[in-house]
Amino acid sequence: MTSLAWLVPSALFLGGMGLAAFLWSLRTGQFDDLDGAAYRALEDEPPLDPNPSRDKKARSSRAK
Amino acid sequence: MTGSPAGRLKDSVSLETESAALKPATMTLAVDDMHCGACLRTVERAAMRVAGVETARASLAAKRVTVTYDPAEVSEADVIGALDRVGFEAAPIESAKQDRGDQRQRYLLRRVAVAGFAAMNIMLISIAVWSGESGDMEPALAQMFRWLSALIALPTVVYAGEPFFASALSALKGRRLNMDVPISLAIILATAMSVYQTTRASEQVYFDAAVMLLFFLLVGRYLDEALRVRARGEAQNLLSLQTGIATVIAEDGTQSKVPANALRPGDRILVAVGERVGADGVVVGGVGEIDQSLITGETMPVAVEDGTVVYAGTLNLTRSLEIEVTASDNATLLAEISRLMMAAEQGKARYRVLADRAAQIYSPAVHGLGLATFAGWLAFGATWQTALTYAIAVLIITCPCALALAVPVVQIAAASRLFKRGVMVKVPDGLERIAEVDTVVFDKTGTLTLGQPRLLDADTVPSETLAAAAALASGSRHPFSQALVAAAKERLGSVQAAKDVQETPGEGLLLVTPDGEERLGSAAWCGVESAGGDTAEVWYRHGEAPPLRFRFADILRPDAAETVAALEKRGLAVALLSGDRDAVVARTAEDVGIGEFAGQLKPAGKIAWLEDRASEGRKVLMVGDGLNDAPALAAAHASISPATAADLSQRAADFIFQGRPLDPVVETIETGSRARRMAFQNFGVALVYNAICVPLAMLGFVTPLIAAVVMSSSSILVTLNATRLARR
Repeated sequence: MTSLAWLVPSALFLGGMGLAAFLWSLRTGQFDDLDGAAYRALEDEPPLDPNPSRDKKARSSRAK
Repeated sequence: MTGSPAGRLKDSVSLETESAALKPATMTLAVDDMHCGACLRTVERAAMRVAGVETARASLAAKRVTVTYDPAEVSEADVIGALDRVGFEAAPIESAKQDRGDQRQRYLLRRVAVAGFAAMNIMLISIAVWSGESGDMEPALAQMFRWLSALIALPTVVYAGEPFFASALSALKGRRLNMDVPISLAIILATAMSVYQTTRASEQVYFDAAVMLLFFLLVGRYLDEALRVRARGEAQNLLSLQTGIATVIAEDGTQSKVPANALRPGDRILVAVGERVGADGVVVGGVGEIDQSLITGETMPVAVEDGTVVYAGTLNLTRSLEIEVTASDNATLLAEISRLMMAAEQGKARYRVLADRAAQIYSPAVHGLGLATFAGWLAFGATWQTALTYAIAVLIITCPCALALAVPVVQIAAASRLFKRGVMVKVPDGLERIAEVDTVVFDKTGTLTLGQPRLLDADTVPSETLAAAAALASGSRHPFSQALVAAAKERLGSVQAAKDVQETPGEGLLLVTPDGEERLGSAAWCGVESAGGDTAEVWYRHGEAPPLRFRFADILRPDAAETVAALEKRGLAVALLSGDRDAVVARTAEDVGIGEFAGQLKPAGKIAWLEDRASEGRKVLMVGDGLNDAPALAAAHASISPATAADLSQRAADFIFQGRPLDPVVETIETGSRARRMAFQNFGVALVYNAICVPLAMLGFVTPLIAAVVMSSSSILVTLNATRLARR
């Protein structure tokens, strides 16, 4: 019976982690485009670098 | 004034970001025809290649791309131009409009997640308690589990119940009852009573039921909101794309592209051949012809010259025109249309959605039953705790869990079925209204027809004459010229284009050849008497040879006649109302098999016709596209527009369909009535559950276990029933 003392809190903790993960993914916009995400998984090329100062050269060469 | 439009755009951008001048600005563009992963990547990469753009993220679900950029280096028009070059039409969406719905949707989704988590854990604990009730669980342990449930349930109810409490409170403030009043009452009472019972170590604890109730209700709310957000977003995309981009000529003669909704009175815009006029204005340079069919329903192009007033949405046909933008409220036609639309919307009895009507009956019944149970048990000598516990059981059992899901799940299923078939649901309760219609009224030009002329009796024209006329016409953008060329290509295979053809807008084409003049155009242009009749005509004359007449009629949508027949088979009355000439309307009506028709109707005339039917108790579905139909679309019980319709009409319509065929009209009506049937089935399911469980609850036989099982099983049944609609 004493095992319940740690089993119940740990069960709640694990569930809470799941909830936190969901809320986090919601906040970071991972549910914004469910249709597009399916295709993004199949993308071979690396995503474009969001930092343009470092990436300008690479981008202009790709543009050619 | 403020100088060049590009400068103005930057002004507005810098206003948005004045708190942090160096911070990049954000724009959201609607992108047309973005369907697949490859499109998504092309759009993002094209936007990223524009110098000054920092990030671009496209959303396939929303059909939009969000771009952060440096406002000093790049403007909206640059990005739109870049997307245009890779084949995607894009248009800016006003940032003020885009986010509110999204936020509400996330607000609800967070609460769904929290309630779901809490419901799962409390259920887990409850099952242990229930199965231990037969005797082998220590009372102290069961008690600890109940306290644990309370610990999870209390914060959840406060957090996840907020939308219902807020709505119930505002309803009560307005001295009304809505569905949220019994919901809030049940949840608050059940939670409070359960806490009290837990302190007394009683078995009548309803934490699981209260939280599960919240969870299911939130799912219903979330689905409802998701549908609204999606419908609104699609409609906004469409409207943004339609207004498009205008070319502004600055005082020094330089040209720049500006979103049409950023145009201001006094701006001069250049409208190229084949473009739509971006704003209401007056022609200040150029002579040409415009197609006003979207505005007036008239298929014949209209000649314009300096000083002619033109309206947004008209199509420039023959020559590029320079137009000075005027304030739209000065334009008499638009002002008249807007006035009629407002009057129509005010005059229309506000439709009350099914769920609200159900709540109107349901809320008093629920409160009455709860109160009766409480009073009854007290009268038979029970303690107030027992009486209140049974009353709460009644509230929980009757609480419209399945009822709250009954309509939203059906509407979501119906809308996604229609989305797949190219119909956009703009107003979700339009689905309920369209199920009630008994009369369908079509507009003619652009709705039953495609608004493109076709050469009549092409077979009777001698081949050489057709070839010569088509050669003359091949350089012209006039719709009749193009119809002539199309007919010639169909018959002769190819058309030899003539050189040095002079075009006089509004009159005709002229080619001077060694063996006399060749003329193609109006009767007066060719020097002949008009033959009259109910069709549009163009004359061809070569030298002194006898002139020949070409007759044109508007092309019907390919399945117009089948659609009318299908509607009549469903028992709906079909009518045709048009602003066009009586004879043309009669001919079209005959072609598609409509018995009841009226021509030469002004917008007010269409409304009068609709009001006349409404006073007979008929419920009318209006199908129309022109600006002149907009008031009628607003006045009708339900309304559908094609995607090619005028801006104002799309705003007024409940549904918008894409493509050339007309059968989406039938599909929408059918889906609407199936959705209605299914919503009633779902109400029925909820009612059967209540009929069985309420008496049990009133008599005090309902334990927390039964309440929980009944609630979840009825909700699941209702949801499963609705998914039948999305299939097939």
